[in-house]
Amino acid sequence: MTNEPMAPREGNELVALARRLHGHRGRRYWRSLEELADSPQFHDYLQREFPGQAASLLGDVSRRRFLQLMAASLALAGLNGCRRQPAESIVPYVRQPEPLVPGEPRYYATAMPHDGAAMGLLVESHMARPTKVEGNPQHPASPATGASNSSGQGDSTAATGGGRVSEFGASNTFAQAAVLALYDPDRSQAIRRGRRISTWDAFLTDLQPRLQGRDGRGLRILTETVTSPTLAAQLQALTEKHPRAKWVPFDPVNHSHAREGARLAFGRPLQAIYDFRRADIVLSLDDDFLTSGSGALRHARQFTERRRVAAADVNRPEMNRLYAVETTPTPTGMKADHRLALDPTAVVQLAIAVAARLGMNVPEPSDSSAGALDGVPPSWLDALVDDLQNYRLSGGEGGALVVAGRWQPPIVHALAHAINEQLGSVGVTVRYTQAAEAQPVDQFAALAQLVEEMRDGDVEMLVMLGGNPVFNAPADLKFTEALEKVPCRVHLSSEYDETSNRCHWHLPRAHLFESWSDARAEDGTVSIIQPLIEPLYDGRGDHEAVASLLGEANKTSKEIVEAHWRNQHQGDEFNAWWRRTLHDGVMTESARPAENTELDFGAIREALDSWRSSHDGAGDDASMQIVFRPDPTIWDGRFANNGWLQELPKPLSKLTWDNAALLSPNTAERLGLENEQVVLVRHADAEVELPAWILPGQPDNVVTVHLGYGRTHAGRIATGAGSNVYPLRTSQSPWFAAGVEVRKTPKRRALACTQHHHLMEGRRLVVGGTLEQLRASPSHPEFMEVLHGEPEESFYPPHEYDGYKWGMAIDLSACVGCNGCVVACQAENNIPVVGKEEVARGREMHWIRVDQYFSGERDNPTAEFQPLPCMHCELAPCEPVCPVAATSHSSEGLNEMTYNRCVGTRYCANNCPYKVRRFNYLDYSSDIQQHPSLHLLQNPDVTVRSRGVMEKCTYCVQRISAARIAAEKQDRSIRDGEVVTACQAACPTRAIEFGDLNDPNSRVTRLKGEHNPLDYALLGELNTRPRTTYSAALRNPNPKL
Amino acid sequence: MPQIFHPSMNTLSRVSIFGAGFVLAAAVAVAYAIARSPYVTESGVVREQPVPFSHRHHAGEIGIDCRYCHTNVETSSSAGMPPTKTCMNCHAELWKDSPLLAPVRESFESDTPIAWTRVHDLPDFAYFNHSIHLHKGIGCATCHGRVDDMPLMWREATLQMQWCLDCHRNPRPHLRPRDKLFDMDWTPEDTPEFDAAKQMIDYHVRSNTDCSTCHR
Amino acid sequence: MSSHSAELPTSENPGDATVGDRISSIVLSRGTPLWWFAGFGLSFLLVMLLLASVGYLFARGIGIWGNNIPVGWGFAIVNFVWWVGIGHAGTLISAVLLLCRQHWRTSINRFAEAMTLFAVACAGLFPLIHLGRPHYFYFMIPYPATTGMWPQFRSPLMWDFFAIGTYALVSLLFWYVGLIPDLASMRDRSRKRFVQVVYGFFAMGWRGSARHWRRYEQAYLLLGGLATPLVVSVHSVVSLDFAVGIIPGWHTTVFPPYFVAGAVFSGFAMVLTLAIPLRSLFRLRDYVTDDHLDNMAKVMLTAGLIVAYGYVMEIFMAWYSGDEFEWAMILNRMFGEYRAWYAALWICNIFVPQLLWFRAVRRSPAVLFVLALVINVGMWLERFIIVIVSLHHDFLPSSWGSFTPTFWDWATFAGTIGLFLALLFLFVRLLPMISIFEMQEQLDREANHA
Repeated sequence: MTNEPMAPREGNELVALARRLHGHRGRRYWRSLEELADSPQFHDYLQREFPGQAASLLGDVSRRRFLQLMAASLALAGLNGCRRQPAESIVPYVRQPEPLVPGEPRYYATAMPHDGAAMGLLVESHMARPTKVEGNPQHPASPATGASNSSGQGDSTAATGGGRVSEFGASNTFAQAAVLALYDPDRSQAIRRGRRISTWDAFLTDLQPRLQGRDGRGLRILTETVTSPTLAAQLQALTEKHPRAKWVPFDPVNHSHAREGARLAFGRPLQAIYDFRRADIVLSLDDDFLTSGSGALRHARQFTERRRVAAADVNRPEMNRLYAVETTPTPTGMKADHRLALDPTAVVQLAIAVAARLGMNVPEPSDSSAGALDGVPPSWLDALVDDLQNYRLSGGEGGALVVAGRWQPPIVHALAHAINEQLGSVGVTVRYTQAAEAQPVDQFAALAQLVEEMRDGDVEMLVMLGGNPVFNAPADLKFTEALEKVPCRVHLSSEYDETSNRCHWHLPRAHLFESWSDARAEDGTVSIIQPLIEPLYDGRGDHEAVASLLGEANKTSKEIVEAHWRNQHQGDEFNAWWRRTLHDGVMTESARPAENTELDFGAIREALDSWRSSHDGAGDDASMQIVFRPDPTIWDGRFANNGWLQELPKPLSKLTWDNAALLSPNTAERLGLENEQVVLVRHADAEVELPAWILPGQPDNVVTVHLGYGRTHAGRIATGAGSNVYPLRTSQSPWFAAGVEVRKTPKRRALACTQHHHLMEGRRLVVGGTLEQLRASPSHPEFMEVLHGEPEESFYPPHEYDGYKWGMAIDLSACVGCNGCVVACQAENNIPVVGKEEVARGREMHWIRVDQYFSGERDNPTAEFQPLPCMHCELAPCEPVCPVAATSHSSEGLNEMTYNRCVGTRYCANNCPYKVRRFNYLDYSSDIQQHPSLHLLQNPDVTVRSRGVMEKCTYCVQRISAARIAAEKQDRSIRDGEVVTACQAACPTRAIEFGDLNDPNSRVTRLKGEHNPLDYALLGELNTRPRTTYSAALRNPNPKL
Repeated sequence: MPQIFHPSMNTLSRVSIFGAGFVLAAAVAVAYAIARSPYVTESGVVREQPVPFSHRHHAGEIGIDCRYCHTNVETSSSAGMPPTKTCMNCHAELWKDSPLLAPVRESFESDTPIAWTRVHDLPDFAYFNHSIHLHKGIGCATCHGRVDDMPLMWREATLQMQWCLDCHRNPRPHLRPRDKLFDMDWTPEDTPEFDAAKQMIDYHVRSNTDCSTCHR
Repeated sequence: MSSHSAELPTSENPGDATVGDRISSIVLSRGTPLWWFAGFGLSFLLVMLLLASVGYLFARGIGIWGNNIPVGWGFAIVNFVWWVGIGHAGTLISAVLLLCRQHWRTSINRFAEAMTLFAVACAGLFPLIHLGRPHYFYFMIPYPATTGMWPQFRSPLMWDFFAIGTYALVSLLFWYVGLIPDLASMRDRSRKRFVQVVYGFFAMGWRGSARHWRRYEQAYLLLGGLATPLVVSVHSVVSLDFAVGIIPGWHTTVFPPYFVAGAVFSGFAMVLTLAIPLRSLFRLRDYVTDDHLDNMAKVMLTAGLIVAYGYVMEIFMAWYSGDEFEWAMILNRMFGEYRAWYAALWICNIFVPQLLWFRAVRRSPAVLFVLALVINVGMWLERFIIVIVSLHHDFLPSSWGSFTPTFWDWATFAGTIGLFLALLFLFVRLLPMISIFEMQEQLDREANHA
């Protein structure tokens, strides 16, 4: 088999086997696995399913067997052409579960807590194995994509148990990658006491005496940010049962500054919920609201809807306008109509200045009596303030909005709240609710206090539910030292990480898709988290862990969660309500109401004065400042072992597998640095070596470092990748710090970057213009000229399409470069991860990539993002050159790639002007062979490609086929929006539209040709006639600037 | 000068030179034949099964409908293999002590599935959907042959791509009325009023040879 | 020099030994010179290296080379084109010059043809091993498959497949037919029974009767006629592999003639590279005379000028067409990452060959030998520029990349050179490297003229 492309078989066997494994737990599980291992079925099963892995699953005993298998498979590889098929088995159920139809996927609604709030998910499950994550369109955090607003069909059939689904919600990279984490072979699979494997029972017996009648003295629970009502209630109950126990939430990336800002402004730690649907003028104070954090998907949707110039009303176009100031470049800043790169202190100055200009009673920044701030042109400030004051561009219902990034100190948040109040935005573009998290405290302070207690020996038992404080606690707290003083340390964690390594007990944590729980969305909406698969290993959820502390070890998380809501729920009959809640993935009327607020301006003034006194003249010392940010792809490090995320090119830097010290071109020049040269960053009496990376748009004398890299105790993927910068980070200044030393070293560290060249070289690749230009001539904007020439002739006869004629339209104004489509595509199409070296060699496999081109001046450029899937050219250069006709033109216009026919001449890739074709230079999918769990991950509807074959975007042809079959079985044709490609489904801004070009009313048709004056074909002059076309990128700069 | 070769060499060389051509041709012909022989395609070869299940007896003599066991055939890509439960529906009562059925009972009691040998095994890169073929009017017997006459199961068709293409290029001769799909011995003569050409239009049956129809 | 060479009547004192004696004695004279063992041994080691690298290639995949996206074709295709080009000289010399009655060809056509065969053998290797899944190469052969699939006849690679196949076949026939009378005379001259049988077998009972000669002349001329179009067709088709593509630097109408000229250029360079050492090692200066070298040098100069025209034309058209991509391609060649290679290309292929205008240069074997080597390198660089430098910067700056050859790239290349030389050493050891009977005719003809 090894040399043939293979599609993963349907999991009948797996299900059957799984059912045997399940229901066993603890010690018995292990025993039964051994039993199984000896049973002939299990032998057969393994060797059938995972030749080569059988051995290592069965343990060292049969290493010889392993070698035999390897030899066998190698031999097979050779005589492939003239081989007789090996016998295969079908293993049906013994008793088949009722709703399950082998071969048909099912969808279940659940949710994923991320960054202090829940995202709603729909998870696709094949034969009881989750394979693909989509957003839940009914969930507030994941705006509907795909067919949502087409002829209103398929509403709540979306969720649980529904057959094919064509209505999805947007989803971000982390949600998409969650399914890979589930099957990660490096996940912790056993309870450990110290280094030795142990059992739950042993843990419980060890636990009891420590809890007996000491009403919780010395008991501390350290959790991540908790949004689960049930867990909160449990912890509440725990602190009642053990009055002297304490619960401390900590995440290295949290909303503390925002909450403290609110506390300052309103006296309560409220959270601001932005509504960009009505925001005409937006000022972002260093907030990456479009692509970072749990609200990003909704923000991105609302923001782009407000600035999308629909083809329909192109004659009276309206767009919102975004001013952004940033301490490090982010996609949000790059999408802004006006952007300034400022160092951290200057951002505060600007906020004060804006407040002052708006006539609020704040003292003008002292060092800028003339109103001139360093780095901020006066005209810029004037235009901004002017716009903020008379925002009503689109008559009446619009509003202005000032948003502050979580990195900014509380004072900036407070000022933002004050300015919004001043502009009358409250209730229009922003509302305030209780925080989504159960305990809105200053987590840095809370952790500091806990560490204090630990150091003083007041903590006798520390139970950590998730989190990885040993790795990511602020350096100044010296958490690890303090931890050593705790006599009993327990860590519940999905991987055996840095913290587990220093604990007495490590408990494997059940994956999100393996256990029951619940979580609140940003707006408070509750979702029930339901499992899609029995725990693959011996994992348990947080609820069970807390329950065991409560002496209810026998309760399952299902019972706990259900019981909690049974108490909460009043009104109609519970079971029906419960089933509906599970089905829809959201609990009706659970969103939190808006709070009435009154602003305490006095407090803000005091805070301002104290800030002023501490910061006067701080800005002008020559030393560098440092900016800490969660990594765009692996966040705070928790996703570090996720290959999809590691290989995902980070926006703007386009780096993979590594973090770097981001520097502005000027600063790099001053320090005499070039890319990949290692620098020594010294701060807070710690120093870290990082490769330098020059990033246009980075403020001068500011070095940005991303958290989460440099893991030491993680899986094979995470360990050793990048450098750990947490040692530089203190609890006083978790996001910015001044007085940082950056020294050049002779060393170099190679970085794997997927795009080396970021200039368009004067080529018309990303076409764009301003709203002004569009208004000037809506039907033929001048920036679109030259792009619409006469179509040239073709040497070959034209293709005829009597049925469907698929096509795609991508709106460059809408794309925010969030990378959601890239991971979604990887998950849907079984795209392998190739590793850092291969990426560095230019062999990454992504079927869709997000190209990015800088324009404008070097020190403050703007970037355009251009998602690039296969163009499915009408006259595809790849088709005629393949000697074996492995790539061909379908009767529906698809440019098909037939892996099993491909011999790998690579001529097609050479001849593709868009370079979207990807080649399996090595056996990239070998790890699927090696790790059975990854075998479960594969999408059974897509062939897994073998070494030496070409592959590329197929427009998700498996989804088209499914839709076609479903439609024809009902003797109808496919409805518009019924086929949703993976990238389209994930896209939060509906930048990607897909459909039938033969249908004059389809949404995609309306975005093309004469319907849309902004429509253009990339490299159209080559006469490839791509089916994927783009809408020009529009911006709305202030004419006064 | 002495002779190096015997005079017979002349004939020998001529024969071998001309013979070479024929030998080559023969070799090609043989290869061609082998590639299509049951040895390679395994069509008509009975497969060893854990239980000697007789389709002739169940489908033919007793006349159990195909869908009684292959339940998903109309709804899903896979026709579905009956769970042991299905066998036990009857065999809890009938032949409940027969040694031949021991594996079935064992499976049912010990809750371990029966591993049947796959008879119709497409390559992993070929995708086939039962439900749509039925819907377009392709009967079971069209591909699986007279299963009701097979004591032990074998593969009727070669399942080679050429065989699929024959029908995909010209489906018309293979169509039958939707109410005759599970009728094993149906022939066009049985329903003279049946008009394949009309059905092509009614059910949107068309020649479909896009690669992505089967390869994704 | 081995002591046996003393027995050889040398050019200094021709003595009364016939042409046949002298040429055949090289093969039949007992023992083998030491340098032969040395040379063969070295090239044999390189062949082992080739086997090793191909073995590793099949085990790991194309990934062991430097290829990537955008540079999908690397050394494999560069070497392929280079070797095919070299092959050309043989056909040109034997066929075209035969039809043109250029009698000076006589003394070089035999090993020129042999060289062609061996070069084509090396060339043929690459299209096969550069496949991602070489074990499915037969998908390219049009035969009634059980898949009901046929190859894509629109693809230049398809045309290539046939072009190279035909070329190899015809070259082999031409060479073999030419050998028959000589094989016969070798048979007759050899004393050992075994040797007689072997040569006799391949001589196919040649007796040199008038009838034999008449048939022979017809057949040989016919083959010459057949082979002649190949000189043009093969490399034209190879050039189409690129010209059909849309990549700037590939998509050019000048490619076919320019490739053929380039092929002849490199072919003659290689003939010289081989002829000059051989003639001195075997003391054949009076058969392969300085006039021969002079003539070949002239052909080389002409071909070189056509190639130069090609280069200039490429640049001119890129500028004149006003196509931004074409022009960017040229600028990238001149000033981009691989500018050094491009400069080297001009030096080797355009500037240095201009020395050939001087008679002194053309007639001094040593200089000519060095010059030929330089041109061989230059022609390899040309293919490198065309294949790799065109690919690494194409249309979208976002997908630009660069190509770095790995150890295995070089190993495979060196390996094929080894294969080529090994075959050549065997050839000079086992077969008359100069056509005995044609030489005889030649001498008679000259005698008659005198």
